[in-house]
Amino acid sequence: MTDILHGIGAFFVVVGAVFCVIGGIGVVRLPDFYTRCHGSGLTDSAGAGALLFGLMFFADPLVAVKLFVLVAFLWISSAVSTHSLAKAAFSKGVRIENVPERDWTVPPPAPEEPPPEEPR
Amino acid sequence: METAITMVLFGLLFTTALLVGRQRNLFAATMLTGIFSLVSAGLFTVMEAVDVAFTEAAVGAGVSTVLMLATLSLTEDTERRESKVSWPALIVVLLTGGALIYGTLDMPAFGDANAAVHQPLSRYYIDRAWDEIGLPNMVTSILASYRGADTFGELGVVFVAGISVILLLGHTRAAAAVAQAERDERPSVLSAERHAQVREMPVVRTVAKVMLPYIVLFAFYVQAHGDFGPGGGFQAGVILATAFILFGLVFGPKELTRLVPPQRLERIIPVGPMIYGGVGVVAMLMGGEFLAYGAFTPEHPSHGHHYGIFMVELGVGITVSAVMITIYTTFATRPRTTTPCAVLEPGEQPVPVGLAPEDVPELPEERALPAQEGMS
Repeated sequence: MTDILHGIGAFFVVVGAVFCVIGGIGVVRLPDFYTRCHGSGLTDSAGAGALLFGLMFFADPLVAVKLFVLVAFLWISSAVSTHSLAKAAFSKGVRIENVPERDWTVPPPAPEEPPPEEPR
Repeated sequence: METAITMVLFGLLFTTALLVGRQRNLFAATMLTGIFSLVSAGLFTVMEAVDVAFTEAAVGAGVSTVLMLATLSLTEDTERRESKVSWPALIVVLLTGGALIYGTLDMPAFGDANAAVHQPLSRYYIDRAWDEIGLPNMVTSILASYRGADTFGELGVVFVAGISVILLLGHTRAAAAVAQAERDERPSVLSAERHAQVREMPVVRTVAKVMLPYIVLFAFYVQAHGDFGPGGGFQAGVILATAFILFGLVFGPKELTRLVPPQRLERIIPVGPMIYGGVGVVAMLMGGEFLAYGAFTPEHPSHGHHYGIFMVELGVGITVSAVMITIYTTFATRPRTTTPCAVLEPGEQPVPVGLAPEDVPELPEERALPAQEGMS
């Protein structure tokens, strides 16, 4: 039984570590601020979350509860911090890569209607 | 394995320090100092100094970063470039640095059990702490009982820091007048769009509201649990202050001063040293030495130690949290003016950035403070 639990725990720890690495690569390699935000958010919520969730399988019941509270806190706080980062950048007018600049406060112009097909 | 982790952490610490030194953007430098503190906290954890790591993470990475950011909001965020190198200064710096590095050669090796600090004191504490004081967390026994006078001194440092900030920044006439105008819903001299920005954060506001009670609860847990695990007055005070500073960040410093009026906070600051010193004096009155808590219950000295340590930690927690909140509100409620408030003539109005002097609302006569009441 313990072996099975430890196996599940180890799986989640590895998954979390992989997410951390992917998130780290993302922060360095992604083209603009918003996508990098996604990378750092991934490290926080998926990476650290899965790591702590995996560690719960190795821990005593009391410590497992504490870890669970920690995961809950991390999921709330990291998501909110990523949100407010992106929002602050957006309100300051940080460019989005490969997207033409426009006034984001007005709704986008409606796409042009394709010409109705001639009935044969 | 542990050596490898320590090496990596020291490498990160070194890199971060270099980056802080080279950084011209003060905002980035502030964030990097936060990272520096966080890495140090990791390093302390590896060395199993969990209490120190806890303090470093809460104070260094948490509150001091926010305080630096609050300060930056009053100044420019780019360092002015000095074009010429001052050779005498460089030589002095190099000599001092070299002397310091030379000095470290005499230090005992890392983790050396025969180092001067460990012989014979550490052995004494390890052998006697459980029998004499009986707290599971030996760090708290040493901090609050064996070295109680040292901790009293540390509390004094925090106290002096708090009143220094109040004396230097808190009570210039202009800042007080502006704060008064703010409270009375007079035309605000703080920028209106900043308040509008704050109002537009529904997600952050909701989550902050949900989190705040738990942060306060955690602060009380850390305060009371310092005898049994990592924690104690310093950490709890900082965490409690974090809750209020988070409130100030999300809902605006104006709301925070409405929640905890600075005038009342000022009176809480000296309470901590008074409790701490009072416990010491009571111990003397009951026949012991200053801060020798065993005198409280002569038939069972370890109980007296428990009571004494609890009271002392409570005093530390009260003062630390009051000082941290005071420093934050003092910086955050300060209007960003073209002339620093400190150099204003009596009766002169501070002019906020982006406004012409004639656009500043006149304060009514009865709200202008009398000239001699500069530092009440």
